[in-house]
Amino acid sequence: MTSSKPGTVTSSEPPTVAAGRRAPARKGKGGRGNPYPYLFYVPAGIVYTVVFLVPTVMAFYFSMTRWTLFDSTFVGLENFTDFFAEQNLRIGFQNTLIYAVTTSALKVVLGMALGVVLTSRLKMRGLLRSVVFFPVLVSTVAVGITFSVLLKPDTGLVNKALALVGISGPDWLGDANTALLSVALVDVWKGVGLATVIYIAGMMSIPRDYYQAVAVDGGSSWHRFRYVTLPLSWPATNSVIILSFIGGLRSFDLIWTMTRGGPGFTSDVIASIIYKQYQAGFFGLSTAGNVILFVVVTALVVPLTRFLSAREVSA
Amino acid sequence: MKTTRHRLGVAFFAALPLLSLAACGSSGGTTAADGSVTISFLYDNGEASVNAAKALVQGFEAANPKIKIETETRPAGTEGDNIVKTKLSTGEMNDVFWYNSGSLLQALNPGQTLVDLTGDPVIKDVEETYLPVVTQGGKVYGVPTGTATGGGILYNRKVYEKLGLQVPKSWAEFTANNDKIKAAGLTPVISTFKDTWTSQLFVLADFFNVQAASPTFAQDYTANKAKYATTPAALTGFKRLEEVHAKGYLNKGFGSANLDAGIKLLAEGQGVHYPLLTGVVPGFLGKFPQLATDVGYFALPGDDAAKNGATVWEPSASYIPKTSKHLDAAKKFLAFIASPAGAVAIGKGTPPAGPYRIKGATLPADAVQVAKDLQGYLDKKEAAPALEFVSPVKGPSLENITVAVGSGLTTAAEGAAQYDKDVEKQAKQLGLAGW
Repeated sequence: MTSSKPGTVTSSEPPTVAAGRRAPARKGKGGRGNPYPYLFYVPAGIVYTVVFLVPTVMAFYFSMTRWTLFDSTFVGLENFTDFFAEQNLRIGFQNTLIYAVTTSALKVVLGMALGVVLTSRLKMRGLLRSVVFFPVLVSTVAVGITFSVLLKPDTGLVNKALALVGISGPDWLGDANTALLSVALVDVWKGVGLATVIYIAGMMSIPRDYYQAVAVDGGSSWHRFRYVTLPLSWPATNSVIILSFIGGLRSFDLIWTMTRGGPGFTSDVIASIIYKQYQAGFFGLSTAGNVILFVVVTALVVPLTRFLSAREVSA
Repeated sequence: MKTTRHRLGVAFFAALPLLSLAACGSSGGTTAADGSVTISFLYDNGEASVNAAKALVQGFEAANPKIKIETETRPAGTEGDNIVKTKLSTGEMNDVFWYNSGSLLQALNPGQTLVDLTGDPVIKDVEETYLPVVTQGGKVYGVPTGTATGGGILYNRKVYEKLGLQVPKSWAEFTANNDKIKAAGLTPVISTFKDTWTSQLFVLADFFNVQAASPTFAQDYTANKAKYATTPAALTGFKRLEEVHAKGYLNKGFGSANLDAGIKLLAEGQGVHYPLLTGVVPGFLGKFPQLATDVGYFALPGDDAAKNGATVWEPSASYIPKTSKHLDAAKKFLAFIASPAGAVAIGKGTPPAGPYRIKGATLPADAVQVAKDLQGYLDKKEAAPALEFVSPVKGPSLENITVAVGSGLTTAAEGAAQYDKDVEKQAKQLGLAGW
């Protein structure tokens, strides 16, 4: 869930590139409005309507029904009140926030550090970049299963390695205190590659002149980082935060494969609570949960995006 | 919990969500030019079910050369529930499907979706006492497929012999055994909370003891009059769970151990008691052949040694959806399943884990030990069906709550109260009267 669509990598580029490419084409064809008939939108529009708009609208309806797949009874807002009465909802919200904040913070810090290292002159830089990016390519479920095995208390590689240096590691995923954080760290391991790539792209687009200016002023490498790289890679930071924060809020697959929200309810997040309701056959209730999740994610992300893009302009 | 509530007798094997939809193609039967008919049969992908179903199909095809059966698997557990519901509601269900009896069947809306078998010769060999769990609104919809399974404690008989222990009939005796086992350096109680459903047995398999102490509990519970938290006999199950953790009886790493790891501990004798279902055993015989003889079963001990007995999960059943185009062939297959010959065929694929519910079908002499032990309770009439076969009310989060109580994160009283709320949610979603 933490990884995003590959397309978002390019979104940190200045938008003018794309716009500039489109502009001449528009003018070339007579210059009066859109040269292409709206008919051209139809194929994409139909697909979008059928696979996205219709189900979304239906979801809003079904969230207000008691739905068994065989029939549905309209119950108004009852599902929403039931969802908010869910006993573990508070833990779920708390965990979701902890998870989203931890993973995005670590991805920013580690991604930036790796970005700086991998844009410097290194031997085998290409290889190292691939190595860092590799976990992003692996299926999240496979990562979850692999790490569940690695983190086993007695037989897992992690605790065996710790035992070599005399530390007796905990039951990472079976202990209520460490379960959620263990999953979050695995999420960071898997997602940091993407953050790094975004940072590399951002840092490569910083004009060399600034670094030369620092060099002329006799600045150290710390100065280069503090006064050039850090502020000028703000668009990259912005993308990384937004992507991993949204990913963290919606995160599900890794948590589900590694702990299933357990032990007990200690690593439940909103998405896993919703999934369990769906599993229980409470289709209306879980749809209501999804509608709420949709609203919550929007309510958190829209202001965050505004705040971050405001910073971007001033930077 | 859903898992326990239904997957009894057969399939307790974790199904990867990945595989779930892949197997979900449509599957109508066909009639060939030579008059032979092909029907399709859907069952879950647990090893025990797959072996049983294959043996069943083989036996049937040998007896009925004009009917061919195509097989299809689905995931077990809740993924499987949703696939079955989806197939039924879209009219794409196979001609015959193998699915749980009891409370889960009620959720399939059988009156609308399944073929009514009431009074049909298909069910003539089915034991009458089984029929209520495949009945809704006075109509019978399925035939028992596989064996009943007992919930309670699976124990290592070799270790019992070595330490000179007796099968306990009361909780005090059980605790005394646990102390001796612990003193011998072995794990008294195996818990495997990664497979959360395995955590519920102290509560669910205690139902014989609950109804012995409080005979109207099931009725009052369904009518929203009795609660787990306020009925002392029902609360006991949660307390037991809390106690075995507090006394340090559990294996190390119980929080992340799974069923396979637990069975390994039990089979190899490092762990001695495993609260589980007898139906789990046949699926592991390939890996641990010693399970057949070294592991036995006893009912969950209660407060009163004189009133101890087994809590039994009825076998799952096979059903025909109304959309089947080959009703005659499908009924022939069902009749075969519910006959002594069918029971023998199933037993060839998966050794029985308890009694068949078919007249004239008996346990073979070389049945696994747990099945013999369970049969012993039934012969003495010291057995009762689990709560989910006498009440439609069951909350979906029991397995998470029991993990929390069994790990010492939640107290027994708190856990029972949480479960009562969970049950209320389920009852409301089902639209049951009185909630």
